[in-house]
Amino acid sequence: ERGHGPYQPHEPGYGLYQPGYSPYDDQTPDPKSRMLAIQNAKAYLLKSSTTSGLNLYDHLANMLTKILDEQPTNAVDIIENISKDVKWAQLQKKMDTLRDEHEILPTFEAAEKRKALFLKANGEGDEELEEEIGETPLPNVMETAFYFEQAGIGLSKDESYHIFLALKKLISVQPIQTCRFWGKILGLEMNYIIAEVQYHEGEEEEETEEEEVTEEGGKGTGEVEDEDEKKEKEDEPPKSTYKPPPVIPKEENGTGANKYVYFVCNEPGKPWVKLPPVTPAQIVCARKIKKFFTGRLDAPVVSFPPFPGNEANYLRAQIARISAGTQISPIGFYQFAEEEGDEEEEGGGGRDTYEENPDFQPLSVAEMVDSLATWVHHGQSILKQGRCVWLNPFQKSEEEEEEDEEEEKAEEPDELQQEIGPPLLTPLSEDEGIQNIPAWTAQPSTNLIPQYAVAILQSNRWPGAYAFASGKKFDNIYFGWGHKYSPESHTPALPPPAQAEYPSGPETTETRDPTLEEELAFKAAREEALAAAEDEEDEEDVAEDDEEEEEEEED
Amino acid sequence: MEAASLPAALELAAGGGAGLSPEKRAVLGASLLLLQRDYRFERVWFWGCIQGVRGAYYIAEGLGPDRAAPRSRLYSLNCVEWSLLPPATEEMVAQAEQLKGRFQGDPSFEYEYTEINAEDAEGLFEDGKEPMIKEESRLVATIEQIDRAVGIIPRGAFLKTPLGSVHENRNFEGLSLTEAKKLSSYFHFTEPVNLKNKTLLEKADLDPSTDFLDSLEHDIPQGSWTVQLEKGGTVVVLRSLLWLGLTFYHVPMTKQYGYVYFGTGEKNLDLPFML
Repeated sequence: ERGHGPYQPHEPGYGLYQPGYSPYDDQTPDPKSRMLAIQNAKAYLLKSSTTSGLNLYDHLANMLTKILDEQPTNAVDIIENISKDVKWAQLQKKMDTLRDEHEILPTFEAAEKRKALFLKANGEGDEELEEEIGETPLPNVMETAFYFEQAGIGLSKDESYHIFLALKKLISVQPIQTCRFWGKILGLEMNYIIAEVQYHEGEEEEETEEEEVTEEGGKGTGEVEDEDEKKEKEDEPPKSTYKPPPVIPKEENGTGANKYVYFVCNEPGKPWVKLPPVTPAQIVCARKIKKFFTGRLDAPVVSFPPFPGNEANYLRAQIARISAGTQISPIGFYQFAEEEGDEEEEGGGGRDTYEENPDFQPLSVAEMVDSLATWVHHGQSILKQGRCVWLNPFQKSEEEEEEDEEEEKAEEPDELQQEIGPPLLTPLSEDEGIQNIPAWTAQPSTNLIPQYAVAILQSNRWPGAYAFASGKKFDNIYFGWGHKYSPESHTPALPPPAQAEYPSGPETTETRDPTLEEELAFKAAREEALAAAEDEEDEEDVAEDDEEEEEEEED
Repeated sequence: MEAASLPAALELAAGGGAGLSPEKRAVLGASLLLLQRDYRFERVWFWGCIQGVRGAYYIAEGLGPDRAAPRSRLYSLNCVEWSLLPPATEEMVAQAEQLKGRFQGDPSFEYEYTEINAEDAEGLFEDGKEPMIKEESRLVATIEQIDRAVGIIPRGAFLKTPLGSVHENRNFEGLSLTEAKKLSSYFHFTEPVNLKNKTLLEKADLDPSTDFLDSLEHDIPQGSWTVQLEKGGTVVVLRSLLWLGLTFYHVPMTKQYGYVYFGTGEKNLDLPFML
């Protein structure tokens, strides 16, 4: 529909109702009430009729449009007929009697989007062309796809090319230093195409604002609660002594599990969405659940234990686990950076950075396939805690130490032991197998032409994770549903046992009520004792229970 | 998938990341034709590939004049030489269901029964044989299970003649886009189980020549199929969640359809937890 909004200079009506020049200006207008009156009038005109569903506003607009388009003579005399014609035309489908209108299929829209990938951005001159040919973070997706295809792994060439162009678009939009096609995760309604990306240093967007806001909100409500408690101190119900386990903070962007930033899209051509950084709680929970992805990032993850987040967080957690477990490279490709004094770091975390080895000598394909010791993990493994570098959650800052009592502090730090995982760049031969299956299956891509074969590794722990190596080139990729392999069926976690309501002590111990037989026996025994006591002239009974007295009263 | 349309079909079914290397593709074109000649099949289907730990099995099926008759199955370790598999028996299927874990990749590997009740053992091994099962039998049983559970065809692709035999429908031009998104337009290509349970009203709507099989609508658990449009909506891809790795593709309004299995040959028993 045409907008009924502010009149453009070429339309009649422009300039007629300027503030200060309308015919009613001498009536000391109150601008607010005038605006309100205008809005009320317009709302009345926009009301839809109950019988026909049309509204007066639109009908008048259509009528005036038709009149202005056709410019009939003596329009004012035939206005009623024009109105009737406009109403009649509403009900008629606009049909050309000779030709059918073409069906607009939803596939056409999708084709439009994919075509857009192939168009060059506007305003590209020669300067930008030179930039593109030089150092670019864009990975050569087709080359990687070629090597994986030698093993029968990979998407169709069309799709690979579309992904190639989609990555190019991503790079042109975001300040990216390195980019890699991580893989594709299948979902129920839609799939995910995932790109692993590293930003230029210092160019990361600050997303910590949201987290700070929620923290402050939490503190604010805490203060309010304190005040209320002070007022009602006399009538307080007993406070719970439950202290939730400390929240383990997530790792900084750029380190550990958050070393890379991941972008996902459902199909090449659709916009890329950035996944939020992963928290240790999400990784710990993701280890316990097994759910299919639906394909919508905002879908809730309904599971037990309840997953702290929605599908975007679950996806990110699974990507983190897969990367930590299956990102491998030929031995020698990466080496540790030479630093002084890096053997004794705080917490014994070990080295967590590596760099490319300029003197890398590739091994032959036969050697790469025969022994798993020729491959190393360059993805840092995630500890049980959910982080790559262990953090003691009970180490408090100085302010908090002053506030806390000393008793609480003394109990806790002994319980947690530092978790140590395998150090970076461990060879694959150290990977544990599952029952009698090795963690990785190595094969050359072809037995017929060993000179040009490519060494291919498939992960058995994460089915769908593949790696290839050929000469100096290697890469990892993932195609799958995003779940770990386990030979046993998945058993969901049981709910925790019911908590004790109160601490069991000498005063508040619950004991069973005595049964009728026991009470009668006790009564009989007492009467015997009484009789014996009377004989011996004892007046006091021994061990009178309250229950016993009640029983006697009832009797 | 039809051997004749193998290259195009592999491109369409490659959304899951699994496919064949150029070497295998090239050799299959020739070896499947030779299979047709040697075994006098009318049609040869490339069924798929089961990944073992140390090797993979490539499976082909051959069909005779009656397409609904039990199919002959052949396996190969390298797509060049094929061996005929014995037909599947119920006993084999029952035995294989007890086994868990990956295929090894060696057809003569023998599994030992470690976790089996004494009662079951008596029932299964009446002859008093030692409880060992060869991987070949497990392979046969798995292929039979997969075909029975998730081998599907579009509605109208096959016709049943009044004499009872089934063959392709030459007038099948493909499902329309709206039909292709519905689960009721696909049938299990195996002996129907639920047809008799339909109400009379439903049966009245059925066309006995095309609707002689079970549709996917009432599969248990509900939601065990994902229907997606890939390649910008031009290909309908159905993936089974019960047997992860089975992919069915169909290009609406054309005759192209088929299913292929690329996976580990294990049933996904965690499906109810994952949905």
